[in-house]
Amino acid sequence: MVDSSSWSRALVQISPYTFSAIGIAISIGVSGIYITGSSLIGAAIKAPRITSKNLISVIFCEAVAIYGVIVAIILQTKLESVPASVVYDAESLRAGYAIFASGIIVGFANLVCGLCVGIIGSSCALSDAQNSTLFVKILVIEIFGSALGLFGVIVGIIMSAQATWPAAKSS
Amino acid sequence: MYGFEAMTFNIHGGYLEAIVRGHRSSLLTAADYNNLCQCESLDDIKMHLSATEYGPYLQNEPSPLHTTTIVEKCTLKLVDEYKHMLCQATEPLSTFLEYITYGHMIDNVVLIVTGTLHERDVHELLDKCHPLGMFDSIATLAVATNMRELYRLVLVDTPLAPYFSECITSEDLDDMNIEIMRNTLYKAYLEDFNRFCQTLGGATAEIMSDLLAFEADRRAVNITINSIGTELTRDDRRKLYSNFGLLYPYGHEELAICEDIEQVRGVMEKYPPYQSIFAKVSYGESQLLDNAFYVEEVKRLCLAFEQQFHYAVFFAYIRLREQEIRNLMWISECVAQNQKSRVHDSVVFIF
Repeated sequence: MVDSSSWSRALVQISPYTFSAIGIAISIGVSGIYITGSSLIGAAIKAPRITSKNLISVIFCEAVAIYGVIVAIILQTKLESVPASVVYDAESLRAGYAIFASGIIVGFANLVCGLCVGIIGSSCALSDAQNSTLFVKILVIEIFGSALGLFGVIVGIIMSAQATWPAAKSS
Repeated sequence: MYGFEAMTFNIHGGYLEAIVRGHRSSLLTAADYNNLCQCESLDDIKMHLSATEYGPYLQNEPSPLHTTTIVEKCTLKLVDEYKHMLCQATEPLSTFLEYITYGHMIDNVVLIVTGTLHERDVHELLDKCHPLGMFDSIATLAVATNMRELYRLVLVDTPLAPYFSECITSEDLDDMNIEIMRNTLYKAYLEDFNRFCQTLGGATAEIMSDLLAFEADRRAVNITINSIGTELTRDDRRKLYSNFGLLYPYGHEELAICEDIEQVRGVMEKYPPYQSIFAKVSYGESQLLDNAFYVEEVKRLCLAFEQQFHYAVFFAYIRLREQEIRNLMWISECVAQNQKSRVHDSVVFIF
């Protein structure tokens, strides 16, 4: 009995600030710029005309990273200090978890979105090098892919909107 | 994990895959071949080729061109592209690229040994070797007189060493033994390559196993047809067939007992992919059969480019380039010998 509850006790003992800080860090996410960039460089050797148009794919990847920065800034404005007596109350734990979860949502959504946009961007560069009528059609696929990151940002902001620390109540 | 290689392939292979796809777009098209087939002389061919990617390689050649010069320079272009890719590649792509050349190494070894047997000069033979299959110490092959010496002196240091375990004997080398040696080595090479591709997994394994299975089956049919009427026994013939491919094992059993081309056709028609090939060859002419196999091979190689994020595009590109060089050689020979009516017999259009 004691062992099985030691995990839950450990989680409860970790300060909610830790979780919120980790959440903010994860929300920056990883982007797919390298995936697109390597294909773009290789394909541009034989077909140099594709470089400027295909930078759009790289910009999509960067937009995803910018979502992460935005959410990180929003989340850090939600951090407030509470008096030491109420740090481990249920209310403050809830606030910490909410910020953590928001950070994870945005971070992983951005990660997956970045990978998706990067892979499509790589295929876009290669097919544009062979046949330039394909560029716009594959770009449309990429736009749908980047919507994934946007969904993640929306859900993350909704989750963090209701993270209220109990400091205001106990003064 | 099959299906997730898209996430990490570009880290090491993205640049080279993009380059090889760029090279593929510079393969000669049907329109180019039509222009070349209309040429009246080798100088016309040179002029047409200078408008394509082969221009820089051919422009410095003096005017009475030979067909061998054209083929040599085109092969040089392929070798330059291959070496550029090999320099930039990391493992496992670099091992994969090296595997592609072992077939040429085997051909070169057999060329030199056969030539030495017929008392030709070593330097003349070295000029005829395929540049993709060159290795250091290849010239010392001329010294060996039987297979054990061949192995011990030269081949043990090359990548071909593991393929020799099945064919080291102390018999002296003669034409028959050399052909058997070539086929045994090639069989071991194909099996090794297949095993290597299976360890790579994912789309590479799937596409390469299809391409290599076709190669193994094609060689089995060629071995069968070439050994009809010779003293090669059935058991020996069966030992030369690879142990993978569509024909393995039941097709091999049936092929081993074939004594003429009609029986071979009868065996192959039971396999739908090969039935279409044999349907085109109606009267057992061996050359048309070769051509039909090349057409089918080109079709499969072009399909390899449909998928992204795998290594089979490199193999497919090098094979397609070799087919193009074969086409150019055929066209040049026909033009040089004024046999333009036969030009379309053997040219395989890639696009």
